[in-house]
Amino acid sequence: MIAFDKRTGSALIWILLLSLPFWLPLVGGYQELGTRVLVMALAAMSLNFLLGFTGVLSFGHAAYFGLGAYGVAMSIKYLSPSTPLGILLGVLAGTVAAAIVGALIVRLRGVYFAMVTIAFGQVFYFIAFRWNSVTGGDDGLGGWRRQPIDFGFAQLDILGNDKAFYYLVLALFAISVGAMAVLLRAPFGRTLLAIRENERRARFLGIPVELHIWLSFVISCLFVSLAGTLYALLSNFADPRALRWDMSGNFVIIAVLGGMRSFWGPLVGAAIFVVLQDYISSQTENWMSFIGLFFVLVVLFFPRGVLGIIRRKVAS
Amino acid sequence: MTQLILFNISNGLIIGAFYALMALGLSLILNLSGVINFAHGGFLALGAYFAYTLMPYTGFWGALLIAPVLTAMVGLIVERFLIRRLYGRDPLYSLLLTFGLAYIFEDGLRFIWGAQSLPYSVPLWLNTPLSSHLFFLTGYRLFMVLLVVVAVIGLFLILRYTRLGMRIRAGTQDLDTVSVLGVNVRLLRSLNFGLGIYLAGLAGVLAAGMLGLQPTIGSSLIMPSFVAIIVGGLGSLPGTLLGGLLIGVASGVVTVFFSSASEAVIYVMMAVVLLIRPRGLLGEEGRLQ
Repeated sequence: MIAFDKRTGSALIWILLLSLPFWLPLVGGYQELGTRVLVMALAAMSLNFLLGFTGVLSFGHAAYFGLGAYGVAMSIKYLSPSTPLGILLGVLAGTVAAAIVGALIVRLRGVYFAMVTIAFGQVFYFIAFRWNSVTGGDDGLGGWRRQPIDFGFAQLDILGNDKAFYYLVLALFAISVGAMAVLLRAPFGRTLLAIRENERRARFLGIPVELHIWLSFVISCLFVSLAGTLYALLSNFADPRALRWDMSGNFVIIAVLGGMRSFWGPLVGAAIFVVLQDYISSQTENWMSFIGLFFVLVVLFFPRGVLGIIRRKVAS
Repeated sequence: MTQLILFNISNGLIIGAFYALMALGLSLILNLSGVINFAHGGFLALGAYFAYTLMPYTGFWGALLIAPVLTAMVGLIVERFLIRRLYGRDPLYSLLLTFGLAYIFEDGLRFIWGAQSLPYSVPLWLNTPLSSHLFFLTGYRLFMVLLVVVAVIGLFLILRYTRLGMRIRAGTQDLDTVSVLGVNVRLLRSLNFGLGIYLAGLAGVLAAGMLGLQPTIGSSLIMPSFVAIIVGGLGSLPGTLLGGLLIGVASGVVTVFFSSASEAVIYVMMAVVLLIRPRGLLGEEGRLQ
C-alpha cells in the first residue's frame, strides 16, 4: 500500500466531494443522497469537535440541529423569503440556546453530562410538538421552499437545480470544517485536547476548564445548527423528528462509526450510515430494528471506528 | 375548580409514582455500573406486553406477579451477553448500545403485537369510582399508588437489610474495594441490573392499565425519569423518588392552567435545580466529578 499521509488523504476527500454529482449517479446514488451525507457529516463532525476532541459526551445535539431547521423554516415562511437570512437566523437560534444550556451544564461531567444533555434536548422537541399554530406540531413545518440566492451579479438557483444546492452545501461544509480544523490547530484546540487527556492536570496548569468546555460546546452547536438549517432546506420541510433524541443518537453513532479520534471519521461514518439507512428503509418496514442492531454491532465490534481501524493497520 | 385541581394533582402523583419507579431502576444501574440504560423504557413496555399475554391464563393478579419476573429474566440475559462487555469502558459505548436496544425493543414489540393500542383489562371492581363526588378516584388508581409505595418500601428494605442490598450500596460507594474484599462484582452487577429491570417491568404492568398499551409506552416515560434522577440528585435513591413525585405533581398542576406546557415544565424545573444546586436536591457532593 502507498504511504498515505494526512495531506493526500484530505486532498482525495475534497476531490471526491467536488466531483460527487458527476460520479454518484453512476454508482446508483441520487443527488439528494449526496447532499444528505454532507449535512449529516457536518452535524457529526461538529459533534465530534466536542466528543472526540474535548472528550465531553453530548447526547442532545439534535436540539440545536432542530432549532437550526425550525429557524430557517420559520424565517422563510413568516419573515422574509430569503435563504441567507434564514440560515443566519437558524444558526443564531441554535447558538443562543446552546450558550444558555451550556452555561447550566458545564459543571457536570461524564455520564451525568450526557444525561442532562439528553433531557435538555427534549425541551425543544416538546415545544415544537405542542406549539401547533406556529411550528405545525407533529406534522412539521412545510409550505415553504428554499429561495434562489441573489448575489447581485448572478443568481444561484438552488431551488430548481439540485447540483447548485449541493455545491452551496459543500461550500458551507468546507468553510465550517476548515474553521474547525483551524481552531483545533490553534492553541485553543490544543487546550481542548489537554482537557480531554487530563482535566485535573489542565486545571492545575491554570486553564479555565469550564470556560473552554463551554466554548467548545457553543462552537460545536453553532456548526450543528448550521447543519440543521441545511437539513431543512434540503427537504423544504422542518421535521419535529430532527429535534428528537433519536437524531442525537444518530450523530453519535456516525461519529463513533467513522472514528471519533480522527478528523474525517464522521464523514466516513455519515456516508456509511446515510446510505445504509436509505437502503434499509426502502427494503423493510422494520428498519428500526436493523438500525438498532447496527448500533449494537458497531459498539461491540467497531468501537474505534473505520478510520481508527485503518490507522491502526497502517501503524502496525 | 378545586375538583379539577385535585384531579390533576392526583393524576400527577400517580404519573409521578411511575416516573419514580422507573427512575429508581435506572438509578440503581447508573449508580453501581455507570450505565445509562436507554432501553429501560423498552423493558417497561416488555413487562406490559408480557402481562397482556399472560392475562387470559393467569388473570390480572397472576400477570402482576409473573410478568415483572419474566422481564427481569430478559434483562439478565441482555446484561450477560451485551452490557457486561462494556463495563469499565467509556460510558459512551453502553449508552449507544442501550440506545440501539431501545430501537430494537420498540420495533420488535410492534412487530409481534402490532402498532395499535391493545385492550388491557384490569379487574372491574378496581376500576369503579370509589365515590361519585370524587369521580376520578378509582380503586385502580389508589391500588397503583399503594403498590408503588409497597415496591419502593420493599426496595429500600432490601437495600438496607439484606446482604445483597448492603453490597449494592457499598459498591455504589467504591466498587474496587468491594471487589478486593471478595465480593463477586460480576454477579453483583447482574443482580443489581435484574433488580432495576424488575422495577421497570412492574411499572409497565401497572402503567398499561392507566396509559393504554402500545409499543411507545416506554419511550414516553423515559425522559421524565431522567429528569427525575437529575432533579432528585445523582447517586441518591430517596432523591430519585422525591424527584419523580415532584415533577409528576408539577406537570399535573401546570396541566390545569396551561396544558400545552405540561411536558416542558419538568425541564424548566430541571434547569432551575441545575442553576441553584447542580448536584440535585438530595445529591451527594462530589459525585459529579
